[in-house]
Amino acid sequence: MGSAETKAAGPGAAEPRPAEPTGTGSSGSGTALTAADAAGVTAAGGRGRSDLAGLEAGLDALETRAAAKVPVWHLLRDKVAPPVLAVLLVLVVWQLAYHFQVKPHYELPSPADVAGSVHQMWLQGTLFGYIWTSLSRGALGYVASVVIGTPLGLLVARVAPVRAAIGPILSGLQAMPSVAWVPAAIIWFGLNNSTIYAVVLLGAVPSIANGLVSGIDQVPPLFLRAGRTIGATGLRGVRHVLLPAALPGYLSGLKQGWAFAWRSLMAAEIIATSPMLGTGLGQLLENARTNSDMPGVLAAILLILVVGIGIELLVFKPVERRVLRSRGLLV
Amino acid sequence: MATAVTEQTVRHDDGTAYAARVRQVSKSFGRPGAELPVLEDITLDVAPGEFVCLLGASGCGKSTLLNMVAGLDRPTRGGIDTAGRPALMFQEHALFPWLTAGRNVELTLRMRGVPRAERRERAEELLELVRLKGAYGKRVHELSGGMRQRVALSRALAQDSRLLLMDEPFAALDAITRDVLHEELTRIWERTGISVLFVTHNVREAVRLAQRVVLLSSRPGRIIEEWRVDIPQPRRIEDTGVADLSVEITGRLREEISRHGQR
Ligand SMILES: Nc1ncnc2c1ncn2[C@@H]1O[C@H](COP(=O)(O)OP(=O)(O)OP(=O)(O)O)[C@@H](O)[C@H]1O
Ligand SMILES: [Mg+2]
Repeated sequence: MGSAETKAAGPGAAEPRPAEPTGTGSSGSGTALTAADAAGVTAAGGRGRSDLAGLEAGLDALETRAAAKVPVWHLLRDKVAPPVLAVLLVLVVWQLAYHFQVKPHYELPSPADVAGSVHQMWLQGTLFGYIWTSLSRGALGYVASVVIGTPLGLLVARVAPVRAAIGPILSGLQAMPSVAWVPAAIIWFGLNNSTIYAVVLLGAVPSIANGLVSGIDQVPPLFLRAGRTIGATGLRGVRHVLLPAALPGYLSGLKQGWAFAWRSLMAAEIIATSPMLGTGLGQLLENARTNSDMPGVLAAILLILVVGIGIELLVFKPVERRVLRSRGLLV
Repeated sequence: MATAVTEQTVRHDDGTAYAARVRQVSKSFGRPGAELPVLEDITLDVAPGEFVCLLGASGCGKSTLLNMVAGLDRPTRGGIDTAGRPALMFQEHALFPWLTAGRNVELTLRMRGVPRAERRERAEELLELVRLKGAYGKRVHELSGGMRQRVALSRALAQDSRLLLMDEPFAALDAITRDVLHEELTRIWERTGISVLFVTHNVREAVRLAQRVVLLSSRPGRIIEEWRVDIPQPRRIEDTGVADLSVEITGRLREEISRHGQR
């Protein structure tokens, strides 16, 4: 064994402490290393702390990865071109089917006919009105679903009796097509916006709540323990640890919630048509069908599709990517 | 700036005779009637400013004991006193990936009630203490394993606790990085005067770091022997003194483990 006990009392261990290089980026570390080396040579004893600093700076520099920048045309080639090609392909197939009269023209109009129908609405100035009616209903119903679904999911995830009681119901509701509620809702609320919102809520709330539940279930217990040791307990723990940790799962629940909200909205609008209700895309579709206006039917279907996808691409995708990327879950 | 940190944490000489006091603690898991005793009659004091290594084979209950000292779990019998809430460092860095390195440290300060205006500066000081000032804005996934553990160390130090519990914090690192972190930890311990209870199954690591090495038996975990390590710091893991004592302790550990095979 060694010599006498010699724990140098705290800061009294007066070592010559050279300026500490803290280079971690690729830029600073080169100079940090040389500075440390130089200090190491001058420090008496040969095994000074400067050695350690230099070694550390070297290790840090070696192990820090630089993020590669993706050129724009790669982005175009990998991300933009494939979907554009797919759409073009569909249009070509459609045009061919039209050309060879797979179905009579009044049943299968050409892409140009459908575009004409959309153009017509544009000229009449009604196009954005239809879209806005549906979109504002969808947005309002969705926001309400988030406001209801979030605390509900939190309760189900964190309170065992609540989970036992309504967890399975929530999953069942999520699996159930919310169209099935439309007839009941019409009887309960009549042909008005309440019916539509009720159906949207029944469609979106379960999937938002379930998304949060599975997000919370997937939080590594280590984070919760780490949170507890730093004193993040109770509501502070929920706010600073649990919810941020569950965010990726919650976000995918939110995204799915939007898809369900939009679907439910369209189902409700198609069934619940009434002059008292404004004309949304669903009513547009139903009206075109009763008028046997096939280009109008296809135009409405197309608009429903485009708005649904557009919201997902413009709102949810960027948010989700940002969150995942900032956590290193996305390369 | 370095001295500011020192002044905050140095020498908690306020008369308490211990940083942690473990009194006849036993712990078993499982249903009543079919309990699995994991720890039995553990009595251990950590003096203020002392560096104690808890050594034992895999599964002997080291983490269980540390979690109880940290207050994350309760002993079945016996009592544990600590001076304030101890800081705890895990084998995995356990940093929050939704925050930058600096924000991770700041969250701890915030939970402690440090006013917003001071947090940033304090966090930078704490990162500088582990020589990572430049990592303030870095995300956890952008840091190397060794850097993550250093940030985790500075987060633990941000608790300004008198007792730092460490559960095999360097086990997943490569030899060189671990070596560096040993030096770093020794330096910080000397500078801050914090008490450390460090769990490991690596004998040399224990001898390299500790003033006192406590050896646990397995199934159930009991304290079977203690060694004072009087080799002066700075030590090196390859020093002959460290190697000699390691051989002795390893011999005792082997003896203890083979006792299980004979039954
Ligand atoms: N929550 C639990 N429920 C039941 N058994 C447990 C629980 N936690 C730990 N154990 C058991 O207690 C024993 C000790 O576990 P512990 O994690 O404390 O060991 P350890 O010494 O830290 O081991 P290692 O070196 O592998 O980390 C193990 O046999 C383990 O299976
Ligand atoms: Mg363990």
